[in-house]
Amino acid sequence: MPPIQTTDLDSARPSPEALLASATSEHRGRLKIFLGAAPGVGKTYEMLLAGRARRKEGADVVIGVVETHKRAETEALLEGFEIIPKRAIEYRDRMLQEMDIDAILARKPQLVLVDELAHTNAPGSRHDKRWQDVAELLEADIDVYATLNIQHLESLNDVVAQITTVRVRETLPDEAIDKADEVELVDLTPKDLIQRLHEGKVYVPEVAQRALGHYFSEGNLTALRELALRRTAQRVDDQMLTYMQAHAIPGPWAAGERILVCVNEHPSAAGLIRHARRAADRLQARWVALYIESPRSHQLPEADKNRVAQTLRLAERLGATAVTLPGRDIASDVLNYARANNITQIIIGKSRRTRLFELLHGSVVDTLVRKSGAIAVQVLASEAVESEGGGTALRPQAQPFAIRPYAEALPLVTLATAVGYAFDRQIDLPNISMIFIPVVLYSAIRHGLLPSLFATALSTLAYNFFFLEPLYTFTIQDPQNVVALLFLLLVAVIASQLAAQSRAQAQAARRQAASTAALYGFSRKIAGIGILDDLLWAVAHQIAAMLKLHVVLLLPEAGELKVHVGYPPEDELDEADLAAAKWSWSHGQPAGRSSDTLPGARRLFLPLRTERGLVGIMGLDRPRVAQSPGPEAEQRAILTPDERRLLDALADQAAVAIERITLAADIDQAKVEGETERLRSALLTSISHDLKTPLASIIGSITSLRKFWPSFDEPTRDELLGTVQEEAERLTRFVGNVLDMTRLEAKSVTPQLLPVDLAEILGTVAGDARRALALPGLTIETAADLPPALIDAHLFRQVMFNLLDNAAKYAPDGAVRVVARAVPRGVAVEVLDEGPGIPPGDLARIFDKFFRLEVGDRRRAGTGLGLSICKGFVAAMGGSIVAENRADRPAGKSGALFRVTLPAAPASLPPPEELPE
Amino acid sequence: MSQGARILIVDDEPAIRRFLKASLEAQGFATDSAENAAQALAALPRLKPDLVILDLGLPDLDGLEVIRRVRATDAVPIVVLSVRNDEPGKVAALDAGADDYMVKPFGVEELLARVRAALRHRLQQKGLGPVFRAGDLAVDFLARKATMAGTELKLSKREFDLLRLLAEHAGKVMTHRQLLTAVWGEAHRDDVEYLRVYVRQLRAKLGDDPADPRWIETEPGVGYRLKAE
Repeated sequence: MPPIQTTDLDSARPSPEALLASATSEHRGRLKIFLGAAPGVGKTYEMLLAGRARRKEGADVVIGVVETHKRAETEALLEGFEIIPKRAIEYRDRMLQEMDIDAILARKPQLVLVDELAHTNAPGSRHDKRWQDVAELLEADIDVYATLNIQHLESLNDVVAQITTVRVRETLPDEAIDKADEVELVDLTPKDLIQRLHEGKVYVPEVAQRALGHYFSEGNLTALRELALRRTAQRVDDQMLTYMQAHAIPGPWAAGERILVCVNEHPSAAGLIRHARRAADRLQARWVALYIESPRSHQLPEADKNRVAQTLRLAERLGATAVTLPGRDIASDVLNYARANNITQIIIGKSRRTRLFELLHGSVVDTLVRKSGAIAVQVLASEAVESEGGGTALRPQAQPFAIRPYAEALPLVTLATAVGYAFDRQIDLPNISMIFIPVVLYSAIRHGLLPSLFATALSTLAYNFFFLEPLYTFTIQDPQNVVALLFLLLVAVIASQLAAQSRAQAQAARRQAASTAALYGFSRKIAGIGILDDLLWAVAHQIAAMLKLHVVLLLPEAGELKVHVGYPPEDELDEADLAAAKWSWSHGQPAGRSSDTLPGARRLFLPLRTERGLVGIMGLDRPRVAQSPGPEAEQRAILTPDERRLLDALADQAAVAIERITLAADIDQAKVEGETERLRSALLTSISHDLKTPLASIIGSITSLRKFWPSFDEPTRDELLGTVQEEAERLTRFVGNVLDMTRLEAKSVTPQLLPVDLAEILGTVAGDARRALALPGLTIETAADLPPALIDAHLFRQVMFNLLDNAAKYAPDGAVRVVARAVPRGVAVEVLDEGPGIPPGDLARIFDKFFRLEVGDRRRAGTGLGLSICKGFVAAMGGSIVAENRADRPAGKSGALFRVTLPAAPASLPPPEELPE
Repeated sequence: MSQGARILIVDDEPAIRRFLKASLEAQGFATDSAENAAQALAALPRLKPDLVILDLGLPDLDGLEVIRRVRATDAVPIVVLSVRNDEPGKVAALDAGADDYMVKPFGVEELLARVRAALRHRLQQKGLGPVFRAGDLAVDFLARKATMAGTELKLSKREFDLLRLLAEHAGKVMTHRQLLTAVWGEAHRDDVEYLRVYVRQLRAKLGDDPADPRWIETEPGVGYRLKAE
């Protein structure tokens, strides 16, 4: 049950709703409504004039849809406007023309003119109603001018119908006008309007004559005009109220009024709802529509159940909070709810039941009035207007007739008679009729009223026949015995009533228990599942089985809504279904069959929502029983309110479970993305430092040289030119590294493996290093028995240079030794420095791409690629490389050690001593 | 006026120190060098330089932290060098107290111009007269009025406060936050939209073209600067 908000309007703070409302209207298009009391007052004309004025000011104005009804003055005004062509929609072999909302959205004008806001779109359009199209245009920041006749307002629908005896079917929620930024009343006196009709300015002559007789009588027009004027005036009040609330002006607005309207299955309930809305508007009160679901509700015909659901939805559309509560005693349940929610006024329809029914069952209205205390109760007469849909006779579902409850009475009465006969002989009972009471009670408790009455009749007859004087006749002499018979009858009625009630309660309790058990079972089944697909399947299967529905679940995948599972699995969505699902996803509201949006779809789509937001969409379809697929069948609600409640609870649980799993997946994904992001930013930092630092030196030196060439002395010029050369070489090395890395990444490093004498090549490396790096303490030590290694000389040279470059960066002072020696089946080359060593925690990552000791804007390290390239190259040559901290240094001293192990070249000739004998 | 000023160069790249030293000395400045934050912070009280050129990427201490430590005791103008060319980095350095920001690589002439502007700004602040003049623009701090070629500009209170702040720091980028805090107060330090509106109005009154400003220059994403020259 949704809680009623209890905002304290008394405190002098801007009410959050008011602030929110004025804030959200800022980034939307503005809606101006030209409101008229009746057709022909000149709304379209006024709207076009206003549109022209805006265009003159330079605004981009187009016509979305304008009906001129061939009125010459109006048509003249169309000239010069860009008219968005209407869209043709095929419906039952007819082509209907509708406003092309997509074309307007694509065209995106500043202002669009839309006639007849209350128009109902052709089936198959995106929205049922034109006002919904307009809402979407406003959402897209397009201003809208629209026209509207007062009779189309939902809350005035009944009043207008009473005035004109014509019920208008095209209605729109009052919200639409409440949310308009501006309402202009296009007013014309009834006399003038009738004059215009006579002149044929409104309708063609013959239609005009007919209209004059009916709708356009002066009395009607006066009443409609008054309605329109009052509604506009009320809107002005609303605006002032919003303003006052937003600015925290302590005002005289009614605070704390709360209205409760009781809903039942009768068609007149819709009228009650509209009345309540008007009352709530007048009082500026929040209001609630309450339906008490009694055991009787379950026996209602489908049509009535649907009507209850429709009525509650109507209430929601009109701004109420719709609440359904299970209950037994309607009056006391209503009062309990009212007290708990500070309701100040209850609106209820006058009872339509017979006096007798009320005597037996008690009247809800009477009880309410009697017990309501401080709460005002307003009892409304049933509508004078015959409500839409026509009343279906209220009739409990006929129980199938069973013979057994009656047949059972016969032997029981016989038995009682026999027992009574036996007793009558032995003891003198004051009234032998007591013998029959157990029979009647049994029948009442077991089978209900009618069988127990039958048993009573039977017992009465038996008693009369066998025990009352004159015996063996059906006549009664003693008036005392008549009384006894009457009491027997009374016992039967009361007992069967009590029994029937307790049976109904037991049934309701069983249903409740069943649905609770179902919910519990459902939550237990889905709780332990950790894999999304399994979960979705379980959810679809469970819901399908519990509610006898076809279920599909749609979840977003890479930004697209996709069907994840369906039960039965072979179900597929057609275009209309997909459109409805997407709409539901993007708007977070139900769409599709039996909803307001895209009702042409086969399924109903409901958003799966958690506190954090939407997680998916559930599509439901009731398997069709042999039924003509007419529009009535399609419009029918898929779910009864009962099922809808259960489904909502199931959907909530499913949504939470889905979110739980997707959140876990999101975290994993975020980890991977975080790692990728780290690499990317490391690359950027690397490029920033390693490209820009030498470039900064080069550009700085060259611009200095150019500007100050004459004033620099020779050594300064030489020094700066030297800087340019060194830095350009450094840049070359960096670019080389990046290229090497790219080659490694592309796996295009193909080493030319040849036997190489390491002593020779290490000498060359030392030469490179001395020239390019500041390594004063570099020494090369080569073992005498060093075998030739099977390596690519070029790659090896690069590896060694990078290792020495690394040593130059981290350990520029002190000795750097390169030691080459033989190991089993290979050679090892070690680079040892006397620098600070490698933090133990970083040993494992030191060969990672872009890894450097010390991060941030500090630039101690170089490319972050050097060691990674070493590892790649060494691996390509079939060797290995490790990094460790030196253990051979005296205590307190440190140093890093890099050891490259490479395969030895197979000796071209085996050593002589191993030659076979 | 800039002749003889003493400049401390703080950068760990010898190549950069080299050309900065050569160029600055060719312009008549005296220079000192430091290759890390520790050396620089130790040298400051002793050398009392008139300006510090500070590389943000020092090996031993984060550049922003260096600025903060200098600012804790010293008002010396700081021109920052950095390879980072992003607005948040610039704003952070300027908010921490740097006077200007150069993105590497840069031409030496531009750097010298910034160095001169920063020095002039500091000199002006030291002996800031009651009237700021740059070209045709004069801002009288005491009389609270501004004139353009002798004609008084009709400025609202906020507009004048904004112009005064920019004039007091002419040549220096003032970050959005610095301007907003000083003119509108701490509560509005993030309301950049206010600033845009007022700068637009101020430019209109100064007859300034936002596309090619003579007076108020936009540092996108960072702040505004009143051109002094």
